[in-house]
Amino acid sequence: MKVPLSWLREYVDLPAVTAHEIAEKLTAAGLKLENITSHGHEIKNVVVGRVLEIEELTEFKKPIRHCRVDVGEAVPREIVCGAVNFVPGDVVPVALPGAVLPGGFEIGSRKTYGRLSDGMICSEAELGIAESSPGILVLPADTVIGADVVELLGLRDEVLELEITPDCGYALSIRGVAREAATAFEADFRDPAAIDYPVTGGPSHPASIADPTACDRFVLRAVSGFDPAAPSPLWMRVRLARAGMRPVSLAVDVTNYVMLELGQPLHAFDGATVRGEIVVRRAEPGETLETLDHVVRKLHPEDILITDDSGPISMAGTMGGLATEISDGSTDILIEAAHFSATGIARESRRHNLVSEASKRFERGVDRELPLAASWRAVDLLCTLGGGTAEPGVTHASADVAPVAITIPAGHPGRVAGVPYSKETVVRRLEQVGCEVVDGAVARDGGQGVAASGVVSGGDLAGRLAVTGDDPITVYPPSWRTDLTDPNDLAEEVIRLEGYDRLPSVLPAAPAGAGLTEAQRLRRRVGRALALSGYVEVLSYPFIGVRDLDGLQLPEGDPRRRATRLVNPLSEDEPLMRTTLLPGLLKTLVRNVGRGFTDVALFETGLVYRPEADAPATAPILNVDRRPTDEERDWIEAALPGQPVRVAVVLAGEFERSGWWGAGRAASWADAIEAARSVAREAGADLEVRADRHEPWHPGRCAALYVDGTLVGHAGELHPRVAEAYGLPPRTAAMELELSRLTPAGPAQTPPVSAYPVATQDVALIVPADTPVTAVEAALRAGAGELLESIRLFDVYAGAQVGEGNKSLAYTLRFRAPDRTLTAEETTAAREAAVAVAAERTGAQLRGA
Amino acid sequence: MSDYDPVEVTPLHADELARAEADALAAISSAADLDALKQVRLAHAGDRSPIALANREIGALPPAARAEAGKRIGGARKAVADALAVRQAELEAERDAKVLIEETVDVTLPWDRAPRGARHPLTTLQERVADCFVAMGYEVAEGPELEAEWYNFDALNIAPDHPARSDHDTFFVESVESGKVLRTQTSPVQIRALLARTPPVYVISPGKVFRTDELDATHTPVFHQVEGLAVDKGLTMAHLKGTLDRFAEVMFGEGITTRFRPNYFPFTEPSAEMDLRCFVCRGSSAVPGSPPCRTCKSEGWIEWGGCGMVNPRVLVACGVDPSVYSGFAFGMGIERTLMFRHNAEDMRDMIEGDIRFTLPFGLEV
Repeated sequence: MKVPLSWLREYVDLPAVTAHEIAEKLTAAGLKLENITSHGHEIKNVVVGRVLEIEELTEFKKPIRHCRVDVGEAVPREIVCGAVNFVPGDVVPVALPGAVLPGGFEIGSRKTYGRLSDGMICSEAELGIAESSPGILVLPADTVIGADVVELLGLRDEVLELEITPDCGYALSIRGVAREAATAFEADFRDPAAIDYPVTGGPSHPASIADPTACDRFVLRAVSGFDPAAPSPLWMRVRLARAGMRPVSLAVDVTNYVMLELGQPLHAFDGATVRGEIVVRRAEPGETLETLDHVVRKLHPEDILITDDSGPISMAGTMGGLATEISDGSTDILIEAAHFSATGIARESRRHNLVSEASKRFERGVDRELPLAASWRAVDLLCTLGGGTAEPGVTHASADVAPVAITIPAGHPGRVAGVPYSKETVVRRLEQVGCEVVDGAVARDGGQGVAASGVVSGGDLAGRLAVTGDDPITVYPPSWRTDLTDPNDLAEEVIRLEGYDRLPSVLPAAPAGAGLTEAQRLRRRVGRALALSGYVEVLSYPFIGVRDLDGLQLPEGDPRRRATRLVNPLSEDEPLMRTTLLPGLLKTLVRNVGRGFTDVALFETGLVYRPEADAPATAPILNVDRRPTDEERDWIEAALPGQPVRVAVVLAGEFERSGWWGAGRAASWADAIEAARSVAREAGADLEVRADRHEPWHPGRCAALYVDGTLVGHAGELHPRVAEAYGLPPRTAAMELELSRLTPAGPAQTPPVSAYPVATQDVALIVPADTPVTAVEAALRAGAGELLESIRLFDVYAGAQVGEGNKSLAYTLRFRAPDRTLTAEETTAAREAAVAVAAERTGAQLRGA
Repeated sequence: MSDYDPVEVTPLHADELARAEADALAAISSAADLDALKQVRLAHAGDRSPIALANREIGALPPAARAEAGKRIGGARKAVADALAVRQAELEAERDAKVLIEETVDVTLPWDRAPRGARHPLTTLQERVADCFVAMGYEVAEGPELEAEWYNFDALNIAPDHPARSDHDTFFVESVESGKVLRTQTSPVQIRALLARTPPVYVISPGKVFRTDELDATHTPVFHQVEGLAVDKGLTMAHLKGTLDRFAEVMFGEGITTRFRPNYFPFTEPSAEMDLRCFVCRGSSAVPGSPPCRTCKSEGWIEWGGCGMVNPRVLVACGVDPSVYSGFAFGMGIERTLMFRHNAEDMRDMIEGDIRFTLPFGLEV
């Protein structure tokens, strides 16, 4: 809302303070300053002059005039001018030499077109009044010659741009802002809506409300004999422009001016085009309307319409129809001032994607008591400025609406604030807002008040929201405050007017907490462990496209292809929610490589979205007047996709760098699996690695990861086709693991620590090359028995010495007893037992045996 | 070794002893290195050295002569041993100096063989926020990102046609009638927390949220918020202010100035915006005529987040009796907090995953 201060000061006696100080007070009251714009302060030395003589200079390609202008000095000024819209005798603004115009544009005395030009005759644009103007600004003939133009036209002004929150519809008007300013400065407020309009008998144009849920008040007034050529006065155009509205024509400008001043949207019909009775109703099937913007709109059965015998003539509160539009020949004008359903207009505006100054106000709540006053104000202006005659009578259709009454204990605002307010303060503040406050409680009649927000108050919900206590007062909010429906709404009014800055700051004592959950601690540990291992965390967007899944070489029917689809994705290429973390990570890896970082290791922790094939299509919208049942909550949960937490890594280039110390080590499948082990270690879980074939991994370099027999993820080198599809460096490796499947182990149990000496035995086994090492190790462990302390694979060898298709695995076994020094015989026996089980399970042969 | 008869040996005369001592001392001082000194030690202090042999004969001397000879020989032995020790120390020091200098390396050589990674500052900042509240006794609550509309809007008193709902620029899922959206705020976690617990409830909930903004320097369609909720008997706006003042101090340091300003949120009533005094201009740029400030756009204040007393309608929708309990709630943008706290100017850097942005943050913010 843009508020010219000159306009504001008409209705509130503000002290002599700066625009900034006014803005600060309004901000503290909840009307937040966005911007202050100063107008006219830089304009200097522009005076009123009368054109005495005009000499047309014809030797130039365009019309040039050499004028003599009386500016109230002894001698007229000679001024060259290119505009032709004035005649001798016209009164015009003249920038004298030394004048400064908006934008710091300085005017001097100079020679041009062969003549002296001792100043400049100004247009509206040059004075900063309009964006553009076709000619010179011609002032009324009786303007005092020599007068200062800035003073005369009131060009010096400041405009406050305020952010109005959705609950404050009333503040989308000079009237509403003036009321807040008056309260903030304890200054007198003159209500611009307190207009003494004549009470004339009889209706004007016939009208009726067919649907009282769509419109509960509808006022029509008629003006005849209006001069369609009459211009809007300069002051009106200046104010409209500064308030952010483009001046159009007098009839339209008047409706806009009254809307800005009072907050009541108005619509002007060309009375000659309206056929028969006007009826406010909802649309009928198949109806259409061509609106002012020349769009033929298909109407929805819930749209609220103004209709006549010909059908729809206007979409209520959003945009008028083209056929009844005011034209440059309209002499009979019908002014509509109505109170439409806030919800109805909100829906209509959204359905047709039409946001207008009117719809913005209606959906935020317009004062229901305004239509009679506002329509009269408009008619009065049309008659005064456009030479029309107000037709006697006013059409006033109205539906009954129960008044809202809220009973609260006088102490309620103080109990919400945490600082006591006297009853006198509470009552005074509520009255400043415009409420009527009476002592005592009023029994709720069970009737329902319909608030502008469309929220039904009354009945059971109102009972649950009621605040009882000592010293009750009953508050009747004013007609312009449709947002005041609940006890806490009243509390807010009192607290904000007393000042949020005066609230004390008190730290509450929460009950002792238990800290983070094990799962939350685990996520932090996993992040730290991966970062310490060399991975950099990224947070990529969870949006993917089918192309990303194709790039991963996922086969048809892969469950990761069953993804949730967005209705309104930001990019048509990425309309799906990720079912795997890999696409985002891989694309981020490519971005880093493209920026010159070829050795990259990245990780991400985040949700993936896994819809169930048979999940309900919709999550129900439950009631809000009570707690939902467990069953109702289950319906919602059933409709939502599973959203487990995953962690994934991708890596390429050197994982250990080359340097002066020697060669580095390329990132490989082994690092990816080791990343999974790091994650599992943090969860205290034993990770079991099995060979697998699973997209997007290399079929010979892919590990399935298990914990306690549950598949938790995969790791390894990516398939070369995946690398090609994503543009990855060759041999890029990746791991993805579902953290939600790792249940943090309980507290680790202390192992016995034996002080007896260790006995070490090495053993080399020959096994077929495709035997998984984990199987051999598991067999050795099983065979070695309890004396085995640790086992370590220190060499893998394949070559002629161990036979084609075989490999040799060299292990160090360490034995120790808790209670004695082991004898050589015991150790050897344990080793032989280990080898025997390995031989039995995996066919291992002792090398050299 | 022991095939001689000590009786046959003539005891060393005083002058012979003196000469042996002098020879020894001369040899010791002229030993050039540790190996030479080792030979000298063998020759002049070893078992077959003249002084050692003389020492052995003391027992064979007439008792009257023993004391005198013992004294002389003992003195010579000590002198030689002392000289050896001194020379040994000198030569060792010489050798150490030489050898260790030869082993000198350039300790300024770089070592980035296995570089450390880093955690994303948006993650660690969320953790820091959580820690601040966990220290006050709060629990960390969580909820789904793909959320039911009822949780994201209706239960929070945002009716389907409410103007506030259109400000949320919601991503709809599957169809606009599915009742499912990407959550536009972390506030639905309030509802889940209240349905899952009985008051008193004190929870903090950092997380990812979504709105249909195009990515630019100050907007991103995916961003992070932290939501706080306290529901207890007797909670007031003063408690809310106290809590957020403490939070601001923990985030931005002592001496930060805060301001509460009326605002509107459907799920809180009364509602407020929490502003911070601009860190850069300290509010001076708001005075007309002063130099402009880019950080606060010359407003003097920076919007940090919204807050208020939990709207009793929200409590009712969660089955909490508003005549017994009251509560407060607040929500702050993590990206904004990161921008203010760490001078991060461009949101694109936070989401693009360029390792140059993230690495400097290390493991903590």
